[in-house]
Amino acid sequence: MKIKKILYGLSLKAITGFSAFIILLIVAVIMLNIISGGWSHITWEFLTTAPKEGMTEGGIFPAIFGTFLLVVIMSIFSVPIGTISAIYLSEYSSSNSIVARFIRFSVNTLAGVPAIVFGLFGLGFFIQFVGKGMDNILYGGIELRWGQPNILWASLTMALLTLPVVIVSVEEAIKAVPKELREASLALGATKWQTIRKVVIPNSLTGILTGGILAVSRGAGEVAPILFTGAAYFLPYLPTSLSHQFMELGYHIYIMSTQSPDVEATRGIQYATTLVLLVLTFTLNFSAIFLRYRIRTAKSNFG
Amino acid sequence: MESKNSNSDLLKKKIYLSDLIAKILIKTIAFISFLSIILIFVFVFREALPIFYYKASEKVYTDEDLKQETYGEEFLGIPQTEEQHSSSSVIHATHEDDKSIWENIFSSTWEPISSEPKYGIIPLVIGSFKVTLIAILIAAPIGILSAIFTSTFAPKWAKEILKPAIEILAGFPSVVIGFFALVVLASFLQDVFGYQYRLNAFVGGLAMSIAVIPIIYTVTEDSLSAIPKSYIEASLALGAEKWQTTLFVVVPAATPGIFAAVLLGIGRAFGETMIVLMATGNAALISSSIFDPVRTMSATIGAEMAEVVFGELHYNVLFLLGSILFIFTFTLNAIAEFYVRNKLLKKFGGHK
Repeated sequence: MKIKKILYGLSLKAITGFSAFIILLIVAVIMLNIISGGWSHITWEFLTTAPKEGMTEGGIFPAIFGTFLLVVIMSIFSVPIGTISAIYLSEYSSSNSIVARFIRFSVNTLAGVPAIVFGLFGLGFFIQFVGKGMDNILYGGIELRWGQPNILWASLTMALLTLPVVIVSVEEAIKAVPKELREASLALGATKWQTIRKVVIPNSLTGILTGGILAVSRGAGEVAPILFTGAAYFLPYLPTSLSHQFMELGYHIYIMSTQSPDVEATRGIQYATTLVLLVLTFTLNFSAIFLRYRIRTAKSNFG
Repeated sequence: MESKNSNSDLLKKKIYLSDLIAKILIKTIAFISFLSIILIFVFVFREALPIFYYKASEKVYTDEDLKQETYGEEFLGIPQTEEQHSSSSVIHATHEDDKSIWENIFSSTWEPISSEPKYGIIPLVIGSFKVTLIAILIAAPIGILSAIFTSTFAPKWAKEILKPAIEILAGFPSVVIGFFALVVLASFLQDVFGYQYRLNAFVGGLAMSIAVIPIIYTVTEDSLSAIPKSYIEASLALGAEKWQTTLFVVVPAATPGIFAAVLLGIGRAFGETMIVLMATGNAALISSSIFDPVRTMSATIGAEMAEVVFGELHYNVLFLLGSILFIFTFTLNAIAEFYVRNKLLKKFGGHK
């Protein structure tokens, strides 16, 4: 009986441990594969020049630039809106009020909406509704300028997709600001808004930064929302206006590995592009993890 | 004395005013997430709506489309001026579509670009479920078991490796997983199993499981660690072994959370686009073999939306697919949210 028990215990431990090992294996295999496949193709030239010879040679600079532009415009919208929403949720509403629960449910739902549905929304709302409307008002419907895919609509779509990411991590940071600080500020005669502006926000800046970084990392990695809201296969010029289309790293990987005429010949470029995207998201993710770790330790110090 | 008083009153009001404005502004902006959910609902459905009116005389797409559609068929003989063409096409289309629009949509052939477009979404729905099922069958055991491992058996060093590994896995952009599946996994699996098509439902499902594991792991781990220490201590105090406590106390108590984890995993797998777009072969087949190519709803939208003409029936059908995706994931999330949270609250309400 005793042996049987020990055997059961050991086998349960072995099975669960094995599953954990599989996860490590998956991570290791993918990382090693991408790194070994892409490493030799990464040169300074690759990172700083445009594709050449019908995209079979040359670099990926336009894609890097487009990704950068996309996440910057996206952050301009998603970080302030997300931060303010988080302030509302943690400072202005009690967690039981119906309004707060509605908003919280919306945030959770927004986080669960498939990326491709955001793309459809971007097309149906931003391009067909807002964009076409702007064209009608500005150009009398003659010129088609805003009613087509461009970097602004793609960024706005992406901003909506990353909004929950920002809200969740800012809210966590705001909650880590000790109650005593707020109470001290209020006791000194400051109003609620003054307290938020001078005490709560400065003390949760790291959290806002974390939220922004996580949003950027997510936005740089998602491809589905921009498939038909602004990303382009190849552009001979860099986007200089909000109404231009743009190239993007993830989209570049997708296009190069599925639609290009000779997939095998450009394998090196595909691997190298993937490696660039991975390095980008990892750098962002790890700085976010590091910052979050600092917030958590700060919280325990206060407590 | 009086003037001083009124002065301070004024000051007070000013401060309160800025407070009020801030409050209103913050509240308004906080409603953006709620508003965007509503807008997504409205605008995704709006573009799918013409299908429902399709029988009515208002033609959404026929004029241009019929030219291609019926070219070389019965229409060829009829001499057409502009007006004649448009009127006859309307009659023709309404006559034909009286029976066929929903029949067409619920048929089993997806051939949107052909002389006689067929918009049967059945193979796409089946494709989505097939890939999701494969992904969940692989990801759920791995995710749940490793979460149990971390929360009970794992020594500290193992936890310190596993946690970042999960973070890395969750951070892989889906296009990277899709690329890996397309280039490496597909060929490898074909060598091992020796099936006919390099890209198929199994490859897509397996790749998808990589994207789903982190979600299932994280939510399961959260619900396992939410179980009050007193439960575990009571069990251990009664003389139960660690594995008995895990199997008969911890896991049953966390069942709602694990259930939620699987639901969220299904939602993610069902809506994920890039992985299936790159790794499933994208052929709209209905077959019982998991080694045949499939085309999922999300991949169909992703692949075809860029080329479709605005306002065509094809365009509307793609939005219909999007609406189905949205409703499905929304329902799953709502169930996970309400049912599970209530259940957990009831269970552990007083313990924390």
